[in-house]
Amino acid sequence: MTRATRDPDAPARSHDTGGGIRRRFLYGPAGDRLFFALVLGLAMAVVLAAALIAYHLYAGGAQALQRFGLWGFLTGVRWDPALEQRFGALPFLAGTLLTSFAALALSVMPALAVALFVTEYAPGWLGQIVAYLADLLAAVPSVVYGLWGIFVLVPAVREVELAIYLWAAETAPWLLTWLGPPAGIGVLSAVLVLAIMIVPFTASVARDAIRQVPAEQREAIYALGATRWEVVRTAVLPYARGGIVAGVILALARALGETMAVTMVIGNTHQIPSSLFGPGATMASVIANEFTEAVDDLHLSSLVAIGFYLFLLAVAVHLAARWLVRRLTPGGRTA
Amino acid sequence: MRATPAAGRRLRDRVMTVLVALGAAVALLPLFLVLGYVVREGIGALDLAFFIRDPAPVGEPGGGVRNAIVGSLIINLMASLIGVTIGVGAGVFLSEYGQHPLAPLVRLVGDVLGGMPAIIMGLVAYEIVVRPMRSFSALAGAVALGLLMIPIVIRATESALALVPRELREAGMALGLPRWRVTVSVVLPAARYGIVTGALLALARVAGEAAPLLLTAFGNPYLSFDPTKPMDSLPLRVFVYAISPFREWHAQAWAASLVLVLLILSATLAARWMTRQRA
Repeated sequence: MTRATRDPDAPARSHDTGGGIRRRFLYGPAGDRLFFALVLGLAMAVVLAAALIAYHLYAGGAQALQRFGLWGFLTGVRWDPALEQRFGALPFLAGTLLTSFAALALSVMPALAVALFVTEYAPGWLGQIVAYLADLLAAVPSVVYGLWGIFVLVPAVREVELAIYLWAAETAPWLLTWLGPPAGIGVLSAVLVLAIMIVPFTASVARDAIRQVPAEQREAIYALGATRWEVVRTAVLPYARGGIVAGVILALARALGETMAVTMVIGNTHQIPSSLFGPGATMASVIANEFTEAVDDLHLSSLVAIGFYLFLLAVAVHLAARWLVRRLTPGGRTA
Repeated sequence: MRATPAAGRRLRDRVMTVLVALGAAVALLPLFLVLGYVVREGIGALDLAFFIRDPAPVGEPGGGVRNAIVGSLIINLMASLIGVTIGVGAGVFLSEYGQHPLAPLVRLVGDVLGGMPAIIMGLVAYEIVVRPMRSFSALAGAVALGLLMIPIVIRATESALALVPRELREAGMALGLPRWRVTVSVVLPAARYGIVTGALLALARVAGEAAPLLLTAFGNPYLSFDPTKPMDSLPLRVFVYAISPFREWHAQAWAASLVLVLLILSATLAARWMTRQRA
């Protein structure tokens, strides 16, 4: 900040007339206009980037979308790059929605428990440490979760699946088709990895929202003789619901686009997942899995088209989140 | 009226306390397990050769991930150039020219980009860079990661600049400085910690990405410095080794994960430390 006061009177001392002219130019209205143009240009680069993303995803997928139709591609159940050259995205759309919502269902309550624990229940120092660690864990890369999934989670899941399968075979054979092959690799493992991964996202946004609840709000309920849980239920959770929903949706967006960890444990088939233990695939996983191996133009175009729909899905989730958070937040704040 | 809650309410309170603590433990335990495994399995495979050798052919012992470490550094550096330049510029626009009619559009687009799956950026970088150049390249990888960084840097810059008191700007203006000079020499330096924090967090976020690089930088078992050619990166190496059938490679995958996690955690910690300096 000292520089700011030093520089402007520099031209007076300067013997460089060229510099003086440049200075007069930059310090006049032209300088401001130039800087504004620069900043505006960079901001427009963001808009341009978004436009390029939308355009290239559509253009790249156009071949497949024209061949099978915008709706036909999305609802096509067959994905056969080898023999028939038919491509439909439904198996992957179903896989993405199924794994994401199942993971969300599993993770919301534990994540909320983390948020409540660090804000309302734990003593200050412990809450701070736990919150800190949870944030750090959110930074662990997806591929590392995938590695852990392959070598630790999948074998463990296989054991459990096998036990359940054997039990079902004896007592309830009608369950077997719903359970599917107890291979470890499959939808269940993918859901578990996803659920584990998205906990820190929900927890951290929910925690920030809960911290925003005014202390008076809590004190008022305490003053009525409420227990801690009653305070949480009547004063904290309703006030923070906008932020909590925002955290849940952030986690959903994460789960929808999650690629590496899912690809590594889901088993990658081309069928709509039909059983709990059986293999599946998601929109992101099929792109990661087949993109660099696709030799055929139509196959490649179909993969980009899946990316296009994933893009639309992400935008839709984001806009829905904005709307929902604005509705649920007291006073119309956006969290 | 008695202030003591009835026994039933007290019981429910106890039960909920236990449930909340249990739920938190259930949620956090797997995360610590992941970290614990990475440390336990990774440390065993770490040696000097791991850092200074390129991958050995299958069956040969030894070998390291020098190519991936170097590749990660190069790709992330290039990505940061793209992400930080555009991100800070757009952040300055949103904060200093927030009344401009285009500002709401930029803010909305930035937010939407922030929710984009990483693999989408990989597809786009493939279409923009790989297809015209007819080759997978480190540059394409940097474009994909740079696109991912932009929204994070925008948000950090905008909120860091918003924290700079108006009086500081007015003081600068009162000295007769043009507005751009106030922004460059007063506002930006005052917000530097916040901006660097944002850049570090963005870097930590993209440094672990493998998915977009799979479609762009592609990976390369040899050391390469050429940004127009395929290049390796640590997350890619972890992925390739993890899905391979070889025991030595699995060990190296854990070690590479450990290095990657340590790098990312130190960036995150540095960002945290920076935040505290802001006060």
